[in-house]
Amino acid sequence: MSRLAGTLAAGDARWGFLIRFLVVAAAMLLLAPAVLSDFRLSLLAKFLCFAIVAVGIGLAWGQGGMLVLGQGLFFGLGGYSMGMYMKLEEAGPGQLPDFMVWSGVESLPAVWEPFRHAWFALPMAVLLPMAVAAVLGTLVFRQRVRGAYFAILSQGLAAAFVIVLVGQQGLTGGTNGLTNFTQLFGLDLTAQANASILYTMVALGLLAVFLIARQLVASRYGRVLVAVRDSEDRVRFLGYDPTRIKVVAYTAAAGMAGLAGAMFVPIVGIISPALLGILPSIEMVIWVALGGRAVLAWAAGGAVLVNWVKTGLSERFPSGWLYLFGMVFVVVIAFAPKGMAGIGEYVRAGLGRPGAVRLGPRARDRATARDRAAQEPA
Amino acid sequence: MEIFLSQLFIGLSVASILLLVALGLTFTFGQMNVINMAHGEFVMAGAYTTYVIQGALGASLVTLGFLVALPLAFLVGGALGVVLEWVLIRRLSGRPLDTLLATFGVALILQQVARDVFGASNVQVRAPAFLDGAITVAGVSMSYTRLFIIALVGVCLAAIWAHLGRSPAGRRMRAVMQNRDLAAASGVRTPRVDRRTFFIGSGLAGVAGVAVTLLGSVGPTLGTNYLIDAFLVVIVGGLGRLRGAVMAAVALGLFNAYVEYGTDASIAKAAAFALIVVFLQFRPQGLVVQRARGLT
Amino acid sequence: MTDAPLLEIRGLEVIFDGFHAVDGLDLTVREGEVRFLIGPNGAGKTTLVDAITGLVRPAGGSIRFAGEELVGQREHRIVGLGVGRTFQTPTVFEQLSVLENVDVAASFRLPFRSLLRRRRGVTDRVRRALEDVGLAELQEEPAGVLSHGQRQWLEVAMVLCQRPRLLLLDEPVAGMTGEERLRTGELTTRIAAEGTTVVVIEHDMDFVRRFATRVTVMHEGALLAEGTVAEVQQDAMVRDVYLGRPRDARGAAVVA
Repeated sequence: MSRLAGTLAAGDARWGFLIRFLVVAAAMLLLAPAVLSDFRLSLLAKFLCFAIVAVGIGLAWGQGGMLVLGQGLFFGLGGYSMGMYMKLEEAGPGQLPDFMVWSGVESLPAVWEPFRHAWFALPMAVLLPMAVAAVLGTLVFRQRVRGAYFAILSQGLAAAFVIVLVGQQGLTGGTNGLTNFTQLFGLDLTAQANASILYTMVALGLLAVFLIARQLVASRYGRVLVAVRDSEDRVRFLGYDPTRIKVVAYTAAAGMAGLAGAMFVPIVGIISPALLGILPSIEMVIWVALGGRAVLAWAAGGAVLVNWVKTGLSERFPSGWLYLFGMVFVVVIAFAPKGMAGIGEYVRAGLGRPGAVRLGPRARDRATARDRAAQEPA
Repeated sequence: MEIFLSQLFIGLSVASILLLVALGLTFTFGQMNVINMAHGEFVMAGAYTTYVIQGALGASLVTLGFLVALPLAFLVGGALGVVLEWVLIRRLSGRPLDTLLATFGVALILQQVARDVFGASNVQVRAPAFLDGAITVAGVSMSYTRLFIIALVGVCLAAIWAHLGRSPAGRRMRAVMQNRDLAAASGVRTPRVDRRTFFIGSGLAGVAGVAVTLLGSVGPTLGTNYLIDAFLVVIVGGLGRLRGAVMAAVALGLFNAYVEYGTDASIAKAAAFALIVVFLQFRPQGLVVQRARGLT
Repeated sequence: MTDAPLLEIRGLEVIFDGFHAVDGLDLTVREGEVRFLIGPNGAGKTTLVDAITGLVRPAGGSIRFAGEELVGQREHRIVGLGVGRTFQTPTVFEQLSVLENVDVAASFRLPFRSLLRRRRGVTDRVRRALEDVGLAELQEEPAGVLSHGQRQWLEVAMVLCQRPRLLLLDEPVAGMTGEERLRTGELTTRIAAEGTTVVVIEHDMDFVRRFATRVTVMHEGALLAEGTVAEVQQDAMVRDVYLGRPRDARGAAVVA
């Protein structure tokens, strides 16, 4: 009897998810292009890129407990892979990208050469970040570097990356980064009308990434990942190698950031160190914290919402925006660690869903236990 | 040989500032398991303190202003630290990663305060006259400012050493650092010790801020530049270990100075980072929390 | 019960900062035994278990399990070879449900690709382990709400469903009521009857007398005596060790 009820409840959850997913997908793919101006659509496309990064952070941090403060590195690797390809495509065969000519570089650096080919550059945008994350993650997690140490290391990595980008002007375009893009695969990037094509591409990318991440979270692997977050050492004595479990989530998050970076470049038209350093990297975590670290959809939603508000406010009240942003962030982290997802939960509990009423005190116990368990592992 | 010595000198002076910033971090991290991302902003506060005092005293009293700034920056940094500990960090005990993030939010706010009060562009602090010039030893020209910084850090270090080793308050600090529960059970008032540790650590960051004004201009994001390097010093040196922090700071400072000379600053940064990851493969012990019985 | 040694420890040494926690210990456990490990506090019992399971690195000696050297292997590999353990302070995954806790434990041999699939229903092995420890009713609850005793049970269920060849229980009945102790003892006996070799660290002498077949007494990191409960209680050296420490109430219980 209880088993039957369980199966039904599980089935309910699956149908509920499918319906919600289809509604959001329809809104993103059909509604948004219909009602938004090209300018707004292109803005939303940018936010969806950030949402892809956020899904990865939700996976690594929200589920796996790895506070990834350096996602800018992976976003940048993806972005620069794409940017290099686009620069070379525009320069034409045998030619140098414009900024190299200006800084007196005479022949194409060897690192750039393979990025002439789309079949190399596009996969690299995702594979390169994943490879870096896999190597670094293995080295670091194997030595049981975790918690705040890992956070600082990942942040240091992004900082070092930016310093190299700025320092190696001739190779990377320095502070200016790669910019002045006009076309991609024959698509005129300067024409506003093409915004919807790029937007659709990003929206599909986000939906795909979300499904992958959700499958990871819902699978047995996802349970083990949460177990690793709760007590890495205990998992070891159950016969799992926590290094491997963590590396998978970290690498997946890196791949997602890389994909987002690659899509970001044709939409926004630039990739530069200013988008990747310590501050932008931690901002990515802030989106997820505000949205809700433990819920992937809210992590993505947080990225869109925060950036939407930011666009609205930061130009009119640059100083006020930063105070607001900082304050809200501190308050949310300190007093509402579940973010907006937590508010949603709270409202739902307050409205008294029939299920919650029937369970009564037991449901409350469960909620408090979750709250307790939601604290960071020491 | 001369190049070797002059890079040694530069490396040591950079290491000194790193160390001063890292000391506060290593104490609060070692004792309370708190990563304070606003620590860099305390450095910035110390630097602006110097700027304000110079402005108030006028051009004729630069030297006096600078000397007054040293203890005052200690107090300013310390006071900021205590307030932060009292308002925010205490409420986040047992959540180290959330503390890290929340204090970063505070750092953002403090930077914006500096931007609104002092302007977004950098300001200059004048070095006192007695630090003009340089002394040449064995063909190496050593500027007085850098010598002063090294000496200042030496004095701070000696004071900390004496404080930890000899004073009852220092002993309580060490006790809490080694075993918080046991210290609490033995009658040590740990919240008080925490506040004191925070005061001293943040105060040292303020002093570092004064020292930094000798090396360049002062801006709202001054602290961020030092923070990551200081954290790397803490990671390499080990938790709450004074000696470890000293060795790590010197190693990092020298490495940077020499590699930078051979290549350029950006390569040196990347190489230092790679070196730390490699270092962790051989000596993660400095990083991992002491093994206790069972799994907690 | 067969006579083949499953666990053979020779000259084991574990040193913490100059302190010899385990000092040249030899120990042989045969397949199918229920071996109890007793000794005063600080005798090195838990350290021994930690060394077997890879949590601490021995300074010398060898630990052979089913012919395979365990010293120097990583923890999860040792588990993979068939050595399971529980801890004095039970650690469960508070954010997973009771069922998920056990399911995670039971899935440890799955190839990675299968891990990426969802759990569908409850496997027999998991259901049985939950029923064995009496937590089937609570399986949907998050483990965070469990009491201390229930967490101990959950840990046992987690290690049981892994079907280890050698099961190391570190003070499994500490803090349990008399009835719970009885149940733990019976469960231990049944596990052994089904072919798992069990090593139990325990202080409670009633429990030891009731369920032990062989007892090993440790003292200051070395083996002091070995035999049946009766033999050990008659041993002069064991009496000396325990009587020489009259304040050790648990030790006094050995000769009582």
